[in-house]
Amino acid sequence: MTETTVDNGVNVEALLGARAALQETPEAAKFTWRATNTWVKGTHSKSKVEGFFGLGEEQEAGRSFESDGDHPPQFAADNQGPTPVETVLVALGGCLTAGVAAVAQQRGIQLNSVTATIEGDRDIRGILGADADVRNGFTGVRVNYSIDADASPEDVEALVAQSQKRSAVFDILTNPTAVSVSVS
Amino acid sequence: MSVPSRRTTVAVIGAGHSGLAVSHRLGAEGIDHVVLERGQVAHSWRTQRWDSLRLLTPGWMNRLPGLADPLLGPAEADEFLTAAQVASLVAGYADVIAAPVHDNVEVYRVSPGQNGFLVETSAGPWTAEHVVLATGSVRGVVPTLAADLPPGLPSVHAIDYRRPSRLPPGGVLVVGAAASGVQIAAELQASGRQVTLAVGEHVRVPRRYRGRDIFAWIEEAGILDERWDELEDVTRARRLSSFQLVGGTTTLDLNTLQEAGVRVVGKLAGLRDGSALFSGSLANLAALADLKANRLLSGIDQTFGGTGERLEPTRVPEPLLSLSLTSGEIGSVVWATGIKPDHGFLDADVFDHKGAIRHHGGITDLPGLYVTGLPVLRRRRSTYIDGARDDSADLVEHLSQHLATPARRTAG
Repeated sequence: MTETTVDNGVNVEALLGARAALQETPEAAKFTWRATNTWVKGTHSKSKVEGFFGLGEEQEAGRSFESDGDHPPQFAADNQGPTPVETVLVALGGCLTAGVAAVAQQRGIQLNSVTATIEGDRDIRGILGADADVRNGFTGVRVNYSIDADASPEDVEALVAQSQKRSAVFDILTNPTAVSVSVS
Repeated sequence: MSVPSRRTTVAVIGAGHSGLAVSHRLGAEGIDHVVLERGQVAHSWRTQRWDSLRLLTPGWMNRLPGLADPLLGPAEADEFLTAAQVASLVAGYADVIAAPVHDNVEVYRVSPGQNGFLVETSAGPWTAEHVVLATGSVRGVVPTLAADLPPGLPSVHAIDYRRPSRLPPGGVLVVGAAASGVQIAAELQASGRQVTLAVGEHVRVPRRYRGRDIFAWIEEAGILDERWDELEDVTRARRLSSFQLVGGTTTLDLNTLQEAGVRVVGKLAGLRDGSALFSGSLANLAALADLKANRLLSGIDQTFGGTGERLEPTRVPEPLLSLSLTSGEIGSVVWATGIKPDHGFLDADVFDHKGAIRHHGGITDLPGLYVTGLPVLRRRRSTYIDGARDDSADLVEHLSQHLATPARRTAG
């Protein structure tokens, strides 16, 4: 029997170890994620992500990421970055693809390439206040994966299904979340 | 002043099929014991089942240790007992094995002491060297969001549901699509009500495959004998919802329910401003269930050779993400959201952080304390009546090796 090593670059042992440990210490599993956002001009703002709270303490080392948010010229804006709704699609794709890689690693499936197209439909009369019956957010989101992997089509489908089941952003988009906004 | 307590070597709590199977094994070993029952034998089968319910498992899976076949009906027949028939079966079993049942005895508290356990009951205290908890899953679980239902909207858990006519007029929101949820949804829709079925994670299987009942295949493939300590994720196996099945020969799934007119929606994710909010994850949960069901069928084909038909994919309707519960369309809610054991009478440090009893195949960390009659307790078969045979044998073997003194045995 030949031993083949599957390597998708995911440390599954560490993740499974964390899962086992956190079942015993649920407090350590409580994380708070954070971003700051600063207005620049018009609809352009800059967001920054650095520390987060998790595993019982502040975690700050070695992280600082910035991103821009704006709107395209069709919205009479300066086009300095993706729209916030596109950033949501980016988040969904990033989350699901990370899940595909992790699940594939755990199931011993070698991935060769993974590409996703994420589309969200909106009726912008909602945000423009043009029709009170139209929702602001997406009316539907579609994701399509093209995956080249050493596995059967059924196993690939199961990977994508399991990734959705374990995805934070999929959950965030499909289930209601209480949001509170305050001014200080 | 205290009431003098009676002594017994083993106190079995609960006279359902699991407790009685343990009683039979103890009797066969000549181990002195009592079976304490809060009501009558098979209490929950008499009091916590709806009228039309039939077992999910065919008649040949009603085997109990020490019970001859004739009480069970023909062993080969795909016959599915009603709840009343199960109650008769279990009551007849108690008679046949002459179980020392003390009925109408409520257990208030079980606590470890100097010489075993103190068992405080409505009929006075007992001391027991060993205690076997066989009270089963008797508590209806509702999600925490149930507290946010609009005031005045009647709701009932599946264990308290009896028949359609007991519900107030109007449409019904059935929450949960395991066996209870799909059966109650089908019955309510057939009675002329509009049912909306909220579907979370579920386990789809066809009732029959390649001309045989699905349990015949699962049995022959050895799946029911997979041991708890050999499963990849026993925690998940134990909390998995029941098969989407109804006793009989017909398949009951989200497709047949939709054909009957049931409106299928996503998992109940929230209640806000008088409306139910449903998750947008239905398509994925349906896909997961279809993939899993077809993996089971492929596994059967690989094990036995040949091929059968794959399931038609679950038809996922246009998403409905919210539904007003105050418009008058919905007259009541049925929670088919699972059942759990109630070990609240147990005063001992044997519970995990979620309040479930910690055990290793029914053996707890507290010497002398056992639990039985729980899903996947020692094997997948443990989930069903048919699991009591082997589980009782294993637990009584363990127990008999830990008797304080052989003298505790009686002549039998």
